[in-house]
Amino acid sequence: MRRFAASPYGVVVLIAVLVAALPAVLPTTFYVRIAALVFIFALAVVGLNLLMGFAGQVSLGHAGFFGIGAYAVAIGPTHLGIPSWAAFVIGVALAALIAFLVGRPILRLKGHYLAVATLGLGILIAMVMTNEAAWTGGPDGMPVPRLELFGWRVRGPVTWYWVSGITLVIGAWIAANLIASPTGRAFRAIHDSETAARVLGVDVARYKLLAFVLSAAYAAVAGAYLALFDGLVTPDSAGFLRSIEFVTMAVLGGLGSIFGSVVGAMILTVLPQVLTVFHDYEHIALGAIMIVFMIFLRAGIVPSLLTFLRRSS
Amino acid sequence: MTVLEAEDIGVSFGGLTALQGVSFRVQAGEIFAIIGPNGAGKTTLFNIISGIYVPLAGRVRLIGEDVTAFEPHLLARRGLSRTFQNLQVFFRMTAAENVMVGRHLHERRNVIAHLFTLPSVLRQNRATRQRAEELLAFVGLADLADRAAGALPYGALKRLEIARALATEPKVLLLDEPAAGCNPVETEEVDAVIRRIAEQGIAVVLVEHDMRMVMQISSRIHVLDQGRTLTEGTAAQVRTHPDVIAVYLGTQGTEAARAHG
Ligand SMILES: Nc1ncnc2c1ncn2[C@@H]1O[C@H](COP(=O)(O)OP(=O)(O)OP(=O)(O)O)[C@@H](O)[C@H]1O
Ligand SMILES: [Mg+2]
Repeated sequence: MRRFAASPYGVVVLIAVLVAALPAVLPTTFYVRIAALVFIFALAVVGLNLLMGFAGQVSLGHAGFFGIGAYAVAIGPTHLGIPSWAAFVIGVALAALIAFLVGRPILRLKGHYLAVATLGLGILIAMVMTNEAAWTGGPDGMPVPRLELFGWRVRGPVTWYWVSGITLVIGAWIAANLIASPTGRAFRAIHDSETAARVLGVDVARYKLLAFVLSAAYAAVAGAYLALFDGLVTPDSAGFLRSIEFVTMAVLGGLGSIFGSVVGAMILTVLPQVLTVFHDYEHIALGAIMIVFMIFLRAGIVPSLLTFLRRSS
Repeated sequence: MTVLEAEDIGVSFGGLTALQGVSFRVQAGEIFAIIGPNGAGKTTLFNIISGIYVPLAGRVRLIGEDVTAFEPHLLARRGLSRTFQNLQVFFRMTAAENVMVGRHLHERRNVIAHLFTLPSVLRQNRATRQRAEELLAFVGLADLADRAAGALPYGALKRLEIARALATEPKVLLLDEPAAGCNPVETEEVDAVIRRIAEQGIAVVLVEHDMRMVMQISSRIHVLDQGRTLTEGTAAQVRTHPDVIAVYLGTQGTEAARAHG
């Protein structure tokens, strides 16, 4: 069981089982809706984890790519007459392209400098979305037309539960594939010693860029899903707080753990709902819980628990 | 055949001249040692040859091609690899995975295939893993293949770096103090490994403080002191060279004694 949970493919099966079984225990569509949100955020975080947890490069601006996906499915059909599915594809491609162009110069920076540069990128993208009001509706955002595929109207919590759940399984499977490949080994090598990786023939700049582009694409898919699901998009979806939220989910769940990304997304999505019972103290409670988690499970929830299981058996 | 040629190498760090006018040639299949007291510039020389530092002056030629200031990964492609004095191990990967990274250049690097784990990727992973196990066995670490590198003792990590560098199939291999931190038994093993590497036709450039080992296995020895070449020659020539005795061996009595012993 332990080995199964630790192997990347075991994790994919675990997530698939979770997605398949969960509806049986979710009492109302309110919970189904939350589960769909968890899957959507988890998808973005799995992508971010490829960049941060495996390749070891931080990004504090990933909501920017999330926002590009979200606004693509809003602007495409509304202003350009492009069908939603095509706008979705274009949005993901655009996010990847921007990551590719900006990534080259930015990823030369390391550590804190990279953090600040990606932060700037995220803020820049959010600013464009706020200021180009004619296209984006400005600070109030804009409605997103429903997705329609071959006459099938993709709407409602249950539908989006399945769409996002299945996409998450596929996203996790792709991430697991990558990790077990030469590309994944190159990512992890860069994380531990860039110098050694270079000397062994790894084109470090190329692999950092690849991780950045891939993670941007994951974020854009998730962003588009959220916009289509909500039927509304605002600049907040691309904002600084959302970027921080993604990083927190990745770190809390466990960097370098795909299942950790799902757990991190789940906790930060579900916990605020649960903590509403504390009324005014909701944010204080959330902050305190996060601090306690990081103190006692400093490698992140999933890796720390796996280590604990290993020790105790 | 000359595979590596350094010509008039010079570099300085903010006023400190770390290397000046250093030249040498290394032949395929030989063990060429570079020795010198602490701070002589040996590691700096390796950093220049392997593309980590850019020299202020001089040229580096690898198998006839001028590769001065090439990026390390381009040098790896042309057959240069190295180990590090201060370890650069992938600590969060297993020993086998460390060596598998060394196979990078010999693997197909089609990302699309990797994203979907096509059967060719699985086959290749198996082949890479097998080669890694062979190399671990070659340096005497066969039993530790699946151990986390972070949990291995220092001496094992030194040899792990050798296996990893060999995985790139180098023509020139730079070893920076491979026997540092090894007990006498391990030093003997490293000694034997280096000889076998050279027997395969790989040029080994060896930086090592264990004079006994250097004198035994090197075909030629290049002596550096304060960034300058003192002399170059066979073990017998270097050992009896008055400057070497005065400047290098003379200041480190124990090493001198061992060298003569
Ligand atoms: N990146 C750097 N910045 C500043 N000074 C440096 C740098 N690298 C090396 N030096 C200096 O260059 C000189 C040579 O150092 P180097 O590490 O090459 O010596 P070494 O011969 O390898 O010594 P040891 O036997 O202790 O390993 C030293 O004075 C060192 O402090
Ligand atoms: Mg040194």
